[in-house]
Amino acid sequence: MPVVLVTDVLVWLLAAAAAGYAYYCRRHPHLALPWARVFQSPAAVASIVVLAAYIGLGLLDSLHFRPALAQKAGEQKAYASEVLSVLDLALVHLKGRGEKTYSAPLAMRSYAKELVELPDGRQLRDFPRLRYGGAHLKDEAEWEEDVAKRTLAGFGVAIALLLLLLPVIRILARRRPLIPWYAAYAAIAVLALLAGPALALSSGYHVLGTDKVGQDMFYLALKSVRTSLVIGTLTTLVLLPVGVALGIMAGYFKGWIDDVIQYLYTTLNSIPGVLLIAAAVLMMQVYIDLHPETFETSVQRADLRLLFLCMILGLTSWTGLARLLRGEALKLSQLEYIQAAHAFGVRDTRILARHILPNVSHIVIIAMVMDFSGLVLAEAVLSYVGVGVDPSTNSFGTMINAARMEMAREPVVWWALGTAFTFMFALVLAANLFADAVRDGFDPRVRM
Amino acid sequence: MFAYIVRRLLYAIPILIGVNLITFALFFIVNTPDDMARMQLGAKRVTPEAVQKWKAERGYDLPLVWNSAEASLFNKAGRTIFAQKSAKLFIFDFGYSEDKRDITGEIKARMWPSLALAVPIFLVGLAVCITFALLMAFFRATYLDFWGVVACVAMMSISTLFYIIGGQYIASKVWHLVPISGYAGGFDAARFLVLPVLIGVIGGIGASSRWYRTLFLEEMGKDYVRTARAKGLTESVVMFRHVLKNAMIPILTGVVVVIPTLFLGSLLMESFFGIPGLGSYTIDAIQAQDFAVVRSMVFIGSVFYIAGLILTDISYTLVDPRIRLE
Repeated sequence: MPVVLVTDVLVWLLAAAAAGYAYYCRRHPHLALPWARVFQSPAAVASIVVLAAYIGLGLLDSLHFRPALAQKAGEQKAYASEVLSVLDLALVHLKGRGEKTYSAPLAMRSYAKELVELPDGRQLRDFPRLRYGGAHLKDEAEWEEDVAKRTLAGFGVAIALLLLLLPVIRILARRRPLIPWYAAYAAIAVLALLAGPALALSSGYHVLGTDKVGQDMFYLALKSVRTSLVIGTLTTLVLLPVGVALGIMAGYFKGWIDDVIQYLYTTLNSIPGVLLIAAAVLMMQVYIDLHPETFETSVQRADLRLLFLCMILGLTSWTGLARLLRGEALKLSQLEYIQAAHAFGVRDTRILARHILPNVSHIVIIAMVMDFSGLVLAEAVLSYVGVGVDPSTNSFGTMINAARMEMAREPVVWWALGTAFTFMFALVLAANLFADAVRDGFDPRVRM
Repeated sequence: MFAYIVRRLLYAIPILIGVNLITFALFFIVNTPDDMARMQLGAKRVTPEAVQKWKAERGYDLPLVWNSAEASLFNKAGRTIFAQKSAKLFIFDFGYSEDKRDITGEIKARMWPSLALAVPIFLVGLAVCITFALLMAFFRATYLDFWGVVACVAMMSISTLFYIIGGQYIASKVWHLVPISGYAGGFDAARFLVLPVLIGVIGGIGASSRWYRTLFLEEMGKDYVRTARAKGLTESVVMFRHVLKNAMIPILTGVVVVIPTLFLGSLLMESFFGIPGLGSYTIDAIQAQDFAVVRSMVFIGSVFYIAGLILTDISYTLVDPRIRLE
């Protein structure tokens, strides 16, 4: 039975809108030109590959359903209360295999000692073998050989696929010589060489270890991607209409409209961001706690909280965009073509939509991609403060939050933090590089 | 200049009223005091009497904006939640926190540790970032510049949380150089502050240096720089006497505005290192859902922000004699 979460709908709508925009751009050379400049930067192309991998994960994780329970003849069809996503289906070998508690990456034995019964009936405190990690090995001495074999197999498959891809890249490079295809190929190669062994090993081990309640870290990290993407994109979706409309109205109409809008954003801006978000989230928490009946499943409740967080983040951060657009609209409204439009008697709404909006769109696009990485980072901090996503939602913030106390343990549980760090760093770095390229591509000062 | 400052101060009043109304709406209209009471009391112990008692203890048992039960007009407007709780923020009367402590007193006491942490981060950070950015601009289009920018982008992409956790782990747990967290009064505090200051500075390098570098490069493309070089000035004189001075204007815009907010401290840093400042006070209040404290901090935060805006304008006149505030 499919479960439609609000954020799922928005995520797919956004994907569709992006696809539509790309199609529209292709057909209009003046819109395609800045993007062509973006695609000429090797760093941008490589980061697009990385981002595409993340987005793919996020989209797969945005198709939710409740699996049907095994039914006996004549019985009503029943559904599990647990909500799964398509990504869970792909990772079913990771999801179901929980250990009791921590275990190091690729470990065969648990992190904590337990009372184990020996074959001869004696009892001993020792590190027990894991339920799933390395459970297929009879003798622990085979570990090295098995790990090496699986790693090589993973590399083998990855390299084979990469070799298959090489001719395609060659043809593309010949047809479209301006785009740095080999940078894209290098990024794909790095991803494939990491993912190949990781997937090959993950069928028999916990590649990145397990967390406190024994969940596979690799699985948790992959599931966290969606939350980051949702926060980074849906927030912009909320702030965009508000920021754009108010910004260009303030710059174009001037007078009292400008005063009111300026007053509005100065006021909102003067409240420290974290505090405003915290206050709003606290209020939402009260509402959710007092109205439990509104939500059918806990996933839906967590999802609403995520959406609400996006809205709050959006409503507190539209001010920067509005300020930028106001300045630009102020400048544009003095130009001859706008005054000519006035003289011809074109209505204000039409001037705004046809003449001002298209000419500030580069600022909007730059602001959108620049905000993304900041929002991903903000999510982690907010979750730490306790005003972020629902504790049951997988996110990098909740992962770090759970992991930070573990650095004090002996031996150190480093893999939880390490996993969150790696996945988040790759995402934010790719987003930053992409944003730089977009800014350079769209900046009118670059245009000759 | 004086008239300008007075006008700006007057302009701050409507903004503060706006902030006050927003917090009032958030804390009392979106959620009624009854909701807060139920929340604080927990789901099990909620009885109408308990809710009433909770509200009466905290003075939330009044009407929101208009008390028609009172006789005089003054009391009709005065004996309300708005007048008692929100309007009193204007005279810096913050009331009492959940554990019945005077919030004003708490804030006064906690301000100093916050400043002891934030001021060094701010000053050292500014000096380090400007130096680094100047270096990159000086060696522009060399490998040093290229890798400097790469390092900046990489450092920008790491969450502050990782800097803090990693720094605590390495400096305190592996090397045993400084205590992991805690605070002490007087000069003893330095021992506890070294690590958070260091982390705060390192965490800020990436974004700021890169931004300052762009400002410097932009400035270096201007005509007066070419003239200075044509006069035969050495590159270092051009950089320090001409470029640095002129690039200070955009740098100041971003920097002076944060000075007053230093009081609020760095939320994360304080709470991770157990420094009893305003930042950790706020985080604790958020986690304990102490609405009175959060409300006060929102108000103080905006007062400081507005003060920062005014300071920024004044600082312009100091670095750029062409700007006169009328």
